Amino acid sequence: MAATAVSMLWLRDLFAVVMLSGIYSLFAAVLYVVMDAVDVAFTEAAVGAGISTVLMLGTLALTKSKEKAHKKVAYGPLVLVLVTGAILIYGTLDMPRYGDVNAPVHSHVAPRYIEKSGDEVGPPNIVTSVLASYRGYDTLGETAVVFTAAIGVLAIIGRRRKNKKDEPPTAKAKGESAS
Amino acid sequence: MFEIHAGLFNYWVAIALMMVGFYIVIAQGNLVKKIVGINIFQVAVFVFYISMGKVDGGSAPILDESIKVYSNPLPHVLILTAIVVGVATTALALALVVRINRSYGTIEEREIITINHKADHDEDTRS
Repeated sequence: MAATAVSMLWLRDLFAVVMLSGIYSLFAAVLYVVMDAVDVAFTEAAVGAGISTVLMLGTLALTKSKEKAHKKVAYGPLVLVLVTGAILIYGTLDMPRYGDVNAPVHSHVAPRYIEKSGDEVGPPNIVTSVLASYRGYDTLGETAVVFTAAIGVLAIIGRRRKNKKDEPPTAKAKGESAS
Repeated sequence: MFEIHAGLFNYWVAIALMMVGFYIVIAQGNLVKKIVGINIFQVAVFVFYISMGKVDGGSAPILDESIKVYSNPLPHVLILTAIVVGVATTALALALVVRINRSYGTIEEREIITINHKADHDEDTRS
């Protein structure tokens, strides 16, 4: 998984990069299954690996699929990234260990969901009952976000302009958009 | 050292992936690649959350008589929502890239900046 992520750094062929990001999502889905999150795994496989790869391929078809040559290593960002990573790792040192039963995450509402959701909501899948019932408003908000995004996409590229080939913005065009 | 911190390995994997995504976002000039970087970052955060929900000896949170210990279902629910929202934002970002390509003819950050500078310069000389 890390290998696919790192090779995306070096590749300049954007088609390969997009394919690798699909593979990366599938690896993540496998990892979710290992960590018991089956629902998340198949959502990731369908939506993350499927739909977003298709969307990116569509974008490549409309734009260009080769990246221009660039500097091999950018040292400023590299240092920034390493420092941030080191700080984050330092922050994990007093986190609960992997699989710890007494971790704070497991002590608040989750036990109630596990004990009562079968009687209160019905479906044997706890994730389903939390998603649709206890946290129904979350899901409603999610739908609103997806709807807004769809409107946004339509507003941005939905209608073709009359002049098919927009030129790069000249001074005049920039002035117009500013006013 | 490694023995003591072995239980933190899951967080470190997530952080490493996160930083790869972060580096792609800030260091690479191609807009599509930047979006791929954001996706890598996002998935790293998901892995982080899901790994927090895992309980030793636990099983997937689907009720059954024979199972005593379940993993925590709450992070799963949150991440399900986050995945769908993530794809929505990716779609929006890609639409912006298509629009940028339509009016600038390029998806390289550096070239876009050059074109903008040139347009600004034209404006200055004209006025």
